[in-house]
Amino acid sequence: MIHSLFLINHSGDIFLEKHWKSVISRSVCDYFFEAKEKAVDPENVAPVLQTPHHYLISVYRGKLFFLSVVQTEVPPLFVIEFLHRVADTFQDYFGECSEGVIKDNLVTVYELLEEMLDNGFPLATESNVLKEMIRPPNILRSVVNTLTGGSNVGDKLPTGQLSNVPWRRAGVKYTNNEAYFDVIEEIDAILDKSGTTVFAEIQGVVEACVRLTGMPDLTLSFMNPRLLDDVSFHPCVRFKRWESERVLSFIPPDGNFTLMTYHVSSQNLVAIPVYVKQNISFFESGSCGRLDITIGPKQNMGKTVEGLMVTIHMPKVVLSANLTATQGNYTYDLATKVVVWDIGKLNPQKLPNLRGSLSLQAGAPKPDENPSLNIDLKIQQLAISGLKVSRLDMYGEKYKPFKGVKYLTKAGKFQVRT
Amino acid sequence: MSASSAFNDEKGGSSSVGEPEYGHDPASGGIFSSDYKRHDDLKEMLDSNKDSLKLEAMKRIVAMIARGKNASDLFPAVVKNVACKNIEVKKLVYVYLVRYAEEQQDLALLSISTFQRGLKDPNQLIRASALRVLSSIRVTIIVPIMMLAIKEAASDMSPYVRKTAAHAIPKLYSLDPEQKDQLIEVIEKLLADKTTLVAGSVVMAFEEVCPERIDLIHKNYRKLCNLLIDVEEWGQVVIINMLTRYARTQFLNPNINESLLEEGGGGDKTFYGSDEDEDEDDEEKEKKAEAAALAKRKPYVMDPDHRLLLRNTKPLLQSRNAAVVMAVAQLYFHLAPKAEVGVIAKALVRLLRSHSEVQYVVLQNVATMTIKRRGMFEPYLKSFYIRSTDPTQIKVLKLEVLTNLANETNISTILREFQTYIKSMDKDFVAATIQAIGRCATNIGEVRDTCLNGLVQLLSNRDELVVAESVVVIKKLLQMQPEKHSDIIKHMAKLTDNIQVPMARASILWLIGEYCEHVPKIAPDVLRKMAKSFTNEEDIVKLQIINLAAKLYLTNSKQTKLLTQYVLNLAKYDQNYDIRDRARFIRQLIVPTEKSGALSKYAKKLFLALKPAPVLESPFKDRDHFQLGSLSHLLNAKAGGYQELPDWPEAAPDPSVRNVEVPEWTKCSSREKRKEKKVEKPFYSDSEGESGPTESADSESDSASGSESRSGSEVSGSGSESEESEEGSESEEEEEEEEEKDKKKKKKELKKPVHESESEQSSEEEDRKIARKSKQRTSESESESDEDEESESESSQSESEESESEAEVKKKKKTVESKPPSKPVKKETKKEKTEMSLLDLDDFEPAPSPQVTPVNTFLSNSLVTDLEGLSLSDSVLSPATIAPSSALKNYELLHRITGEGLSVEYCFSRQPFSPDANMVAVQMQFTNNATSDTKNLHMEDVKLQSGMRVKEFPEIELLSAGEMATAVMGIDFCDSTQAANFQLCTHTRKFFVSIQPPVGELMRPIFLTENEFKKEQGQLMGMNEITEKLTLDAKCRNEHAIVQRVTTAANLSRVPCGSDKECRFAGRTVTSSSLVLVTVATKEEGAAQLTVNCEKMVIGTMLVKDILLALTQ
Repeated sequence: MIHSLFLINHSGDIFLEKHWKSVISRSVCDYFFEAKEKAVDPENVAPVLQTPHHYLISVYRGKLFFLSVVQTEVPPLFVIEFLHRVADTFQDYFGECSEGVIKDNLVTVYELLEEMLDNGFPLATESNVLKEMIRPPNILRSVVNTLTGGSNVGDKLPTGQLSNVPWRRAGVKYTNNEAYFDVIEEIDAILDKSGTTVFAEIQGVVEACVRLTGMPDLTLSFMNPRLLDDVSFHPCVRFKRWESERVLSFIPPDGNFTLMTYHVSSQNLVAIPVYVKQNISFFESGSCGRLDITIGPKQNMGKTVEGLMVTIHMPKVVLSANLTATQGNYTYDLATKVVVWDIGKLNPQKLPNLRGSLSLQAGAPKPDENPSLNIDLKIQQLAISGLKVSRLDMYGEKYKPFKGVKYLTKAGKFQVRT
Repeated sequence: MSASSAFNDEKGGSSSVGEPEYGHDPASGGIFSSDYKRHDDLKEMLDSNKDSLKLEAMKRIVAMIARGKNASDLFPAVVKNVACKNIEVKKLVYVYLVRYAEEQQDLALLSISTFQRGLKDPNQLIRASALRVLSSIRVTIIVPIMMLAIKEAASDMSPYVRKTAAHAIPKLYSLDPEQKDQLIEVIEKLLADKTTLVAGSVVMAFEEVCPERIDLIHKNYRKLCNLLIDVEEWGQVVIINMLTRYARTQFLNPNINESLLEEGGGGDKTFYGSDEDEDEDDEEKEKKAEAAALAKRKPYVMDPDHRLLLRNTKPLLQSRNAAVVMAVAQLYFHLAPKAEVGVIAKALVRLLRSHSEVQYVVLQNVATMTIKRRGMFEPYLKSFYIRSTDPTQIKVLKLEVLTNLANETNISTILREFQTYIKSMDKDFVAATIQAIGRCATNIGEVRDTCLNGLVQLLSNRDELVVAESVVVIKKLLQMQPEKHSDIIKHMAKLTDNIQVPMARASILWLIGEYCEHVPKIAPDVLRKMAKSFTNEEDIVKLQIINLAAKLYLTNSKQTKLLTQYVLNLAKYDQNYDIRDRARFIRQLIVPTEKSGALSKYAKKLFLALKPAPVLESPFKDRDHFQLGSLSHLLNAKAGGYQELPDWPEAAPDPSVRNVEVPEWTKCSSREKRKEKKVEKPFYSDSEGESGPTESADSESDSASGSESRSGSEVSGSGSESEESEEGSESEEEEEEEEEKDKKKKKKELKKPVHESESEQSSEEEDRKIARKSKQRTSESESESDEDEESESESSQSESEESESEAEVKKKKKTVESKPPSKPVKKETKKEKTEMSLLDLDDFEPAPSPQVTPVNTFLSNSLVTDLEGLSLSDSVLSPATIAPSSALKNYELLHRITGEGLSVEYCFSRQPFSPDANMVAVQMQFTNNATSDTKNLHMEDVKLQSGMRVKEFPEIELLSAGEMATAVMGIDFCDSTQAANFQLCTHTRKFFVSIQPPVGELMRPIFLTENEFKKEQGQLMGMNEITEKLTLDAKCRNEHAIVQRVTTAANLSRVPCGSDKECRFAGRTVTSSSLVLVTVATKEEGAAQLTVNCEKMVIGTMLVKDILLALTQ
């Protein structure tokens, strides 16, 4: 299966290599560098490359390439999913997944990789099993370790791997027992020039933060589960229960985890919280253009739209932008040709507006496409689909936990074509 | 081995990529400056006595390895530390060893003995890790040692060690393929393992070592299907992929009949206008004719095993792991009847929300699927719309899917989308869009003109790439039906005045030349204009002008003779030698002279030969002969180790190979026997309706979680669920049951007689069971379109299987009777104890009359035997709650195989534990089956939840071979069902065991009068009262049976009661003496209401569950 892994930074340096079978020379990465060179944008590198003797499967996360080498047939998604899991684990351990952090914790990272695969086949990928074997670093512990010469390798042998609920450690204890759930919905939409919805859908995710003592058995039910069209679950959720009663019944992992992701059935019309009036035009002569964007509230269920942000990828020929914003401020990055207009809170009384002129490269023909606008926004305390959690019950433990649910609506891939 | 050579190596390593050096930590910077120093330094640290120094050194060395630097010269210094006590140092040494052992084989041998010792460690995790490292050392000399270790580990009691053994198999195989035969034996053995932990790993080993030995799967097929949902996600992927291949060899094509129907109403086919598609249709027709012939011979009936696979994989579409979802999707695509494939679309569309790499792979597969099964993804058309921020490769793939999805109804929407895409800044994407438009135009006749017009407009685009692409596409479109589109050719001819892009001009000229007979008037005029501007044209245009001139000369020499000669003359003096060459060549060819050779006669044929229309087809056509989701499919080329997806067989191979045979039991050792018995489970559950109570308990055991036993129906549904049973489903089942009863009457009648002969159970109860189970099954397969047909087939199938199963039961009985001494002994002792404790109970308690009816003995006995199988060797691991406990059910604490001859059983004797009233008495029975004596039996290392206490049993000094002994221990469970874990020690070994009480054993009976009962009940209302409605099991509708079942489930005593419609029971929890009151009020038709009043709500809830189970089964 997975033969070797190379971690490669943005500028093409290999800063970590790990082999699970015999050693493969790092020169195999040259094929990848070639492809990367060609692709210009790192996101455009094909995830699967074929070389004479190996196949290279890579993912791009946090400005790093996780490049794995395989020699024989293996489902590509298997490898891709695993590499993302590796990146998730790093994130979980070190708070972020970046070159610096990995270099700082090189030995821990290497030990993690050693445990996650055996002979190229995933062995322990549940973060709580790993954490029992290799403790994540924290400041206190590293201080204590330097003083006492202690180690960050668990001296207990991991038992989680052996249990039938591998995602949960045994013997969890908390003084404050709490279970919090965040229902986060993202609106994916494409609006056309005139503001009509070309395509819109709602994707949701229930993130949980559960710190409960012992082995609690939780049941989460919704007021309107019929809204949920397509769901995927953390392995802890009992699928049968969902099938028959539409409730989520599970023994939760300890800490933060994604309980479920869902898609709201497409029959429901999607409320679009803002409208955008825009006019971007380039003139045939004089190598300049105009830009005028106004954003106003539409269907936001009486809540305030916050964190409003507009990102515009300008055509290459746009040299500079001279704009004025009535609210918030804007930046224009000359290298990437991206205008970012950070608006903040949307005030329905005084609609934010950005207008001004764009100057183009002299002599260049006018671009034939107008750039599309990517919109980012947040609405607190609202799940735009109307999904509501009705109750959370706990069985199997005696204490009373603190419970809480938060709702949040965000813009996902929200694009306005111009 | 000098340090200087290492220095060179290292340099080579790092300079190859020009990686900047950086210190592991600032302090080591100085050390890095000199290699001599560094290595001496590290060696010194490794040789020191301090663990902290060793650790520091090892950390630096591992960091070197991680950065890809050579640290091999430290091998001798490192390997010395392999036996280090410090766990972290040890781990790092292992890491080092695995990395460099191959290079330093001789020195690596020094470490082997450490691992061999580790393999014998009592701790399973140490055994596993020793095996893991040992098998990772790639040194050929130790192959025999590895082989031995693997063989031994494969029969280890710990499933985790067995899993590690499965992992080691491919490692050894890659080291020495000669070992294949022996390894296959091990694989065969491990395939028979029933724990979910092992399943994924062993199938992986199977795929790497002997994927061709499909025969090894037969016996394990049903088990794998049923375990699937509980296997860890990576194992699921491997198993599903393997089962897809398996199913292709063993079952019939489910779509034989459907393809027949389709042929009749080929309305779909109109979308394909082009010839090559028709060709394909012909082929398909042939195939269909064959299939039809086949179908006529025998109507298609889906094999129940085929159905089992489809049903058990379906829930995995909801997995969070994209690889699992993809694996199920490809399974459905390759195996499911057409009508059912649709379910995968939604899940695949969901994956499009994931990381772009995932999207990339999924879209590739969707693209292939859309060619065969377009309808499936049509509802999700909009999900494939392209965003300007998508990476190019994703855009192109989405475009491919959109093109494949296009049909008359949605083409206008799609074209409108395409229009936006054409304006994109990403020119590669625009080019792909133009090609896509071309393909839509070829496929859908209605929009061909619209597309053409649109494309013609694009000819005036400023971007050369766009124009070139459009011209190329237009050229292709026109080539298909040139006669219809002479006006477009005319239009394009006019365009030559405006279009400046040379590539486009050249293409237009080629078109005019090619179809000059369709535009006889315009063509010469174009040539005239071109001749005028010849000198100013680009080279490619000039070449096409010559080409045009030549073609015109051949067709219309009257008008163009002079023009042609003029052009050729201009070309003759052109600066470009290609053009001069071409001019000379053409002149010789077309202008007849005395010298001209034989070729000039054929000039017209040469130039105006009918050129085949280019084929506009998807690059994903026919990719589905690769298994979807595979690397080979993605690359469209066979990757190493790819296993071909076989074609469906013409006739199904014998399905009985998957039946697990009974007679084997008698032959094998008792350990294997236990295994076999479990394998039998999928067999039963598969026969859908009739699995008896025995199996339900049995199948539970398979899920390795071994929680409360549930109705077998759930198991037959989608494989065993690992978590504790859910209370809600129980009651719901009952409600539905009534409705379904009538429906299934027919079925019941079929089965009844068989069952009656099989056991003395009343037929009425049997009916209910069957009804419930078959109901459950149908409700699950409701969505299936061919349900009727199928269920019929299944019932006939099940009938035959039933008779088999009956035979099995008989054999089983026989074995039990005729077989090893252990079993009969157990039985006897059980009876003894039952009587004994009954007496005790009577002593203790006035008259709760828990007499055991003969029928029930039969039942509970078989339950017990099955539970014995359940507890298996991992009784240590699974905190199992074993729900419906008969009064004195024996639980296995230690199996005799695991215990190396020592077997231990325990039961809750329900006697007060004299040393401490707060403790539950647990009576243990030790049997020494070994040939040698066991000494100093005692317990140690008790691990308990807080508050729990244990009173150990007195040490048994000697248990001679063949002897039995009993001992009583007390456990204060603190009113919780938490397990008490401890080690059972003999003079030689220690065994981890655990005792977990059913909730019913956490109480002791008390005597109350009716009035007292009512008074107490009145005080325990509200939160403390739990009421459940239930339908009594047919067999327990009389008072006596109810009393017996309730007292079996829980240690309660009966409270006298005036009404005969009510049974009341009372008890107190052992530790906190909280009152537990149970009321069962019966109504007509077996309806009843169960009320439990208890201060401890948790106890109450669990008790309700248990009693409910006892009364309804």
